[in-house]
Amino acid sequence: MSAMAAVSPEHAEFIRRVRWRRRSILGVQVALLVLFFGAWEGAVFYRLVDPLIASSPSRILTTLAKLHRDGSLYQHTLATLLEALAGFGLGVLAGIGMAIVLWWSDYLSRVLDPYIVVLNAVPKIALGPLFIVWLGAGITAIIGMTLAISVIIMLMMVWTAFREVNPEKILLLRSFGATRLQVFTKVVFPASMPTIIAALKTAIGLSWVGVIVGEFLTSTQGLGYLIVYGGQVFNLHLVMMSILVLSAAAAVMYQALAYLERRYLAWKG
Amino acid sequence: MAEPASIVYERVSKKFFTLPGETRALHEVSLVVSPGEFLAVVGPSGCGKSTLLSITAGLIQPTSGRVLVGGTEVRGVSRRVGYMFQQDHLFEWRTCEQNVTIGLEVQGKHGEETHRFAVSLLEQYGLGAFRQHYPRQLSGGMRQRVALIRTLAVDPEIMLLDEPFSALDYQTRLSLQDDVHSILRQAGKTVVLVTHDISEAISFCDRVVVLSRPPGRVKVDLAIRLTCEKRTPFLARKAPEFNEYFDRIWGEIEITA
Repeated sequence: MSAMAAVSPEHAEFIRRVRWRRRSILGVQVALLVLFFGAWEGAVFYRLVDPLIASSPSRILTTLAKLHRDGSLYQHTLATLLEALAGFGLGVLAGIGMAIVLWWSDYLSRVLDPYIVVLNAVPKIALGPLFIVWLGAGITAIIGMTLAISVIIMLMMVWTAFREVNPEKILLLRSFGATRLQVFTKVVFPASMPTIIAALKTAIGLSWVGVIVGEFLTSTQGLGYLIVYGGQVFNLHLVMMSILVLSAAAAVMYQALAYLERRYLAWKG
Repeated sequence: MAEPASIVYERVSKKFFTLPGETRALHEVSLVVSPGEFLAVVGPSGCGKSTLLSITAGLIQPTSGRVLVGGTEVRGVSRRVGYMFQQDHLFEWRTCEQNVTIGLEVQGKHGEETHRFAVSLLEQYGLGAFRQHYPRQLSGGMRQRVALIRTLAVDPEIMLLDEPFSALDYQTRLSLQDDVHSILRQAGKTVVLVTHDISEAISFCDRVVVLSRPPGRVKVDLAIRLTCEKRTPFLARKAPEFNEYFDRIWGEIEITA
């Protein structure tokens, strides 16, 4: 809330209370974070838990600094980020594209419906080995994995949104003589925008799953690789650090989508 | 502005098909609506009132018979016909101004002049200050007025109104009926109003047609002549003949409750 003039003493009191509540929520959020890491560090410092197994915030920071110095932190993070973005982007485009085709042809959508339902139900991770064989071990297989996961969820959510557009809104536009393409671009797509953004948020989360699983299966770099490698050589500082970097990257990406939502759904108020 | 056109219904019948069988919605409806005339269509639910409007707009085709608008047979969606629904169906993601130009955009007529015309309608009907507002910021009556302007913006010769007031609260309905009535008279449109509200039919229109139980046929065709100094829907309700018409039409509608 920007500076807002109070219109009466009671209103000023109301504004004061709302602001205080917001600040207290933020305060507790920060306190929780500090408390969590503090307790963690303390528990390891006083040897309540074994640092070899629990790691600790200070050891994680040391690892982070080391990887920062030799530059490998950025190499691994960038690799994972690029794979996630590529898989997510392709999945989103393909998912929305397929939803458009299914919306366009009712006949085709009825033909394909049972297959899509089954594809949605299958855990896509089970397809991992196939991707490795088909696309070759490495980055393409990982992107394929990510795409497979994000495309289905996009398709399902967006297609449902398209079908749920009020038929009378479509009729209204048709009464002006709208073509099918105009019906799509002027009503169906904009009316589905809230669901599309919700689908993007869901798909980005699942894309991270795809990338990390892909990197577990086949990779020589990336945060998923670091996690697996760290686990194998029993370097849990490295594992924890990778997870934290991954969380930060995922949070940033999610916030970017939230920004998109605020920007394009201003009409929802 | 476009001149009002006539509508001629020649033995219009419509059947709808489902797997178990067919439903006969309209049966050989023949009617002539003069240019500039306001016609109300009333009847029991399911008698095909709305179907008649959809056929007039060219949104659906009659099973047999034909409809002529201004002497030309309706084949496919007609741009000479404007359609107003019970719900305003404003697009929530568009401002008022962007909502009233949607028809122009669809018809490829959205230019400087037509845009100015649409905006002038908003101003004329008291919505000038709300041009940049989103629909959620407007009251029900204002929303329905925006919906009316959206249809008027493409300047159709004929206006089809499908129970456009029934979703509104009573006071808003009365005042909006007066507004819409004077707007449409001023604009010189031919009007077909479908309603289940007998008072609305008598007070709003020059003529009332009662359709029978389905399949709808024309059962009664009644010219409304009221003695009142100013013919607005509100004042029309006070005319001495009003109750007589009401009872007559009430007696003709076959309520199937």
